[in-house]
Amino acid sequence: MNHDAYPDIYIRGILNSVKSIAMVGASPVNVRPSYFAFKYLAQRGYDMIPVNPGHVGKDLLGKPFVASLSDIGRPVDMIDIFRNSSHIMPVVEEALTLDPLPKVIWMQLGARDDAAAAKAEAAGIKVVMNRCPKIEYGRLSSEISWMGVNSRTLSSKRPPAPTQGMRLSLNRMSVGGGETAASDRAAKNKSEQS
Amino acid sequence: MSDRLPGFSTLAVHAGAQPDPTTGARATPIYQTTSFVFNDADHAASLFGLQAFGNIYTRIGNPTNAVLEERVAALEGGTAALAVASGHAAQVVVLQQLLQPGDEFIAARKLYGGSINQFTHAFKSFGWNVVWADPDDIASFERAVTPRTKAIFIESIANPAGSITDIEAISTVARKAGVPLIVDNTLASPYLIRPIDHGADIVVHSLTKFLGGHGNSLGGIIVDAGTFDWSTGGKYPMLSEPRPEYHGIRLQETFGNFAFAIACRVLGLRDLGPALSPFNAFMILTGIETLPLRMQKHCDNAKAVAEFLAGHPAVASVNYAGLASDKYNQLARKYAPRGAGAVFTFSLKGGYDAGVSLVSKLQLFSHLANVGDTRSLVIHPASTTHSQLDDAAKVKSGAGPDVVRLSVGIEDKEDLIADLEQALGA
Repeated sequence: MNHDAYPDIYIRGILNSVKSIAMVGASPVNVRPSYFAFKYLAQRGYDMIPVNPGHVGKDLLGKPFVASLSDIGRPVDMIDIFRNSSHIMPVVEEALTLDPLPKVIWMQLGARDDAAAAKAEAAGIKVVMNRCPKIEYGRLSSEISWMGVNSRTLSSKRPPAPTQGMRLSLNRMSVGGGETAASDRAAKNKSEQS
Repeated sequence: MSDRLPGFSTLAVHAGAQPDPTTGARATPIYQTTSFVFNDADHAASLFGLQAFGNIYTRIGNPTNAVLEERVAALEGGTAALAVASGHAAQVVVLQQLLQPGDEFIAARKLYGGSINQFTHAFKSFGWNVVWADPDDIASFERAVTPRTKAIFIESIANPAGSITDIEAISTVARKAGVPLIVDNTLASPYLIRPIDHGADIVVHSLTKFLGGHGNSLGGIIVDAGTFDWSTGGKYPMLSEPRPEYHGIRLQETFGNFAFAIACRVLGLRDLGPALSPFNAFMILTGIETLPLRMQKHCDNAKAVAEFLAGHPAVASVNYAGLASDKYNQLARKYAPRGAGAVFTFSLKGGYDAGVSLVSKLQLFSHLANVGDTRSLVIHPASTTHSQLDDAAKVKSGAGPDVVRLSVGIEDKEDLIADLEQALGA
């Protein structure tokens, strides 16, 4: 997988297929991005599990915190890592000890560890790095278009009005080559010139 | 569901617009409302805290305007956009995110006269200091860079003479200086030039011109290319530092490659207030649907008119980059192969008086201060758009006393040429 630019079809496939998501580094502080990404994904119907050893005994929007991935005690489809790049590897190594293995490991916007990604992919796990599942879900459903963001999708279908707890259709026609970052091509061209 | 790349005309019609979820309306509805009802207190708090997608108040965002924003972002190849009340408002909002009082930005000397005024006088009162450079001399941009430089501003096709700017060369200077390149793409429109493909980090437009295209609605827009890293060195604190207005959120960390557009919305538009009317957004959206058709006709007509003028005995010179003899023709072939735009100048052998006579005799061309209308327009920049500049600055910006500017419309070219012929005649 080219981790500079993901095809929409890859991201869409992940977001359409996973049901449970363990969020490592989920924060109970309601102005942190991990808090509102957690909340959004829960509202869109994902079975969310907050993982943060500093908050065991408390809950996040009604879901009890667990200390580590191995404490979840049931199979989980996707692990969303809200940690800096330097803290990714131990989380991936722990994920690789789970039975069954997760189907997807997702690293948040700003986080990237190519060595950890290679390890996970060698075990057959799909990897996404430096992206936010909330933004990608909002983009592919076009919900994010409310903020003037280029969803890079088109549709002539009448969408349902989104309500709490509702899954949205991500099956719109992709634009711009169907990649997660419209800017990647421009950014790449720029660095090649310099 | 396969991923494929639609063409420009498909995007011009469809991007950002889907049937209305509530009514099924296929044309984009005009959401003529100031405000939007919250689901509950928690929803309201999430929206105000930038944690949820949705509408609050039309000064911050509106569903009609959002369609326009996504449409233009798609046409320009950007990650997001923000529509505002005018092209001038777009420039204020962009620079407010980038400059602190005492900072500098470098601007090309060849600009719309209104921008020269705004940069020289209004922005000076904010402590934003413009440093001028010559777009025909790339080294002048390099020489203008100082530790306080925060941005470089150019026009892709420059007012008033329709000269073509070497965007890639100036983007190299911007990258070396570690500052974003802002390109005003008003006179080209994304149909002719997509500045992001050539290294622009931010694109601004007066939507009033070719994008709206019908001379009926003011508007402006800011497009975020998503290419600039705002986090380095604390140089752009509006994007990189925790924002006290929003409980300490860092915009770049939270919004990634569309953080600049979000900053313009939640720090610029929210607090400065130049919101676009949803009605104007609707009018401009309708215009954009035919942008590819109109723009090609504008360019084809402009070339025919320029060729006619170049062969007329009363005309001293024609500045149109689409003419093979023009000094900007090479740049036009590289950056705008479909056409060199429809705004250009020419000078008359009879000087100022001949210009005044021409303008008064024209029957189809309208004498007014706008460009990019379906109708053909004419103006004498020295006495109007560029009148506040001193004589030397007029000549430097291509608006000397003998210069007449045309914005060629989409009428039949034979009629435009006949009108010019009779007006130049006696």
